[in-house]
Amino acid sequence: MLTSLLAATTTVDALTFAIAAAVVLSGSVGVVVARNPVHSALMLVMTLFGVAVLFVEQQANFLAAVQVIVYAGAIVVLFLFVIMFLGVDREESLEKEPLRAQRPLAAGLIVLGLAGLLLMGFGAHWSVGAKSVAGPSRNQAGGDVAALGKSVFTTYLFAFEITSALLVIAVVGAVVLARRPGGVLGGADSDPDEPADDAPSPTEEVSP
Amino acid sequence: MSLSGVWYLGLAAVVFSIGALGLLVRRNVLVMFMCVELMLNAANLTFVTFSRMLNDIGGQALVFFTLVVAAAEVVVGLGIVVAIFRRRRTATADDFHIMRG
Repeated sequence: MLTSLLAATTTVDALTFAIAAAVVLSGSVGVVVARNPVHSALMLVMTLFGVAVLFVEQQANFLAAVQVIVYAGAIVVLFLFVIMFLGVDREESLEKEPLRAQRPLAAGLIVLGLAGLLLMGFGAHWSVGAKSVAGPSRNQAGGDVAALGKSVFTTYLFAFEITSALLVIAVVGAVVLARRPGGVLGGADSDPDEPADDAPSPTEEVSP
Repeated sequence: MSLSGVWYLGLAAVVFSIGALGLLVRRNVLVMFMCVELMLNAANLTFVTFSRMLNDIGGQALVFFTLVVAAAEVVVGLGIVVAIFRRRRTATADDFHIMRG
């Protein structure tokens, strides 16, 4: 099976995939096991770059660029900003686990799920219906950028418009959530360390 | 000729599982969010792989929309984390037992 899968593959492609897969796997394991949230965020950047390489490898050049710009450039920076803003960039002890059965249970569940996924992926014969609902992706004039743009602005135009509404709602929601209960938008005159009147005193609540 | 799509699908399944495991075992809310991003990326990789295997641009269009939804989700999620942190002074999921009364 391995030789048939590797047939008709150039060495460069296989090597690129191997390196990118190693980067992606080590990065994603690093996100989970890093004790410091900042290290987790940096490992996430590594994973995202690896996935971008895999996108380029599959002729999705535009998506690779967007992946680097939006994910690594915007989302991870937002994560780091919130980590620094909240000051939670402390080391977290991973040895202490309050619920005794959680880790074995989680590992068992994940192994079961992964086995099911891989069995489905390697064993099943997919019946995938009509091909090219939104047009072919290979050998287009203008490459994948033109093909993607055409499909987004014709076939998926409605979804694209709804997306803009979603972004506006997300921005409004973030502003509403970030408001202080008193009403002013975190103004310089209000003391950020002082909770609002109706809030319970946090130091008493969280102390064990 | 690129590698067979099965390799990419297997890698995406493994990355998805690692993300789900992290979501289950980690207690820091921000790290849990990063694990959700890992799972979204694994799904994106699957979409792009199927887009190439079936020669259909629809998979890539779907990844485009997933990126937008992920960005919106992170913005709202981190807003919630900041709002909770203001009241409870903690970013650990175990301490968020407000809803239980």
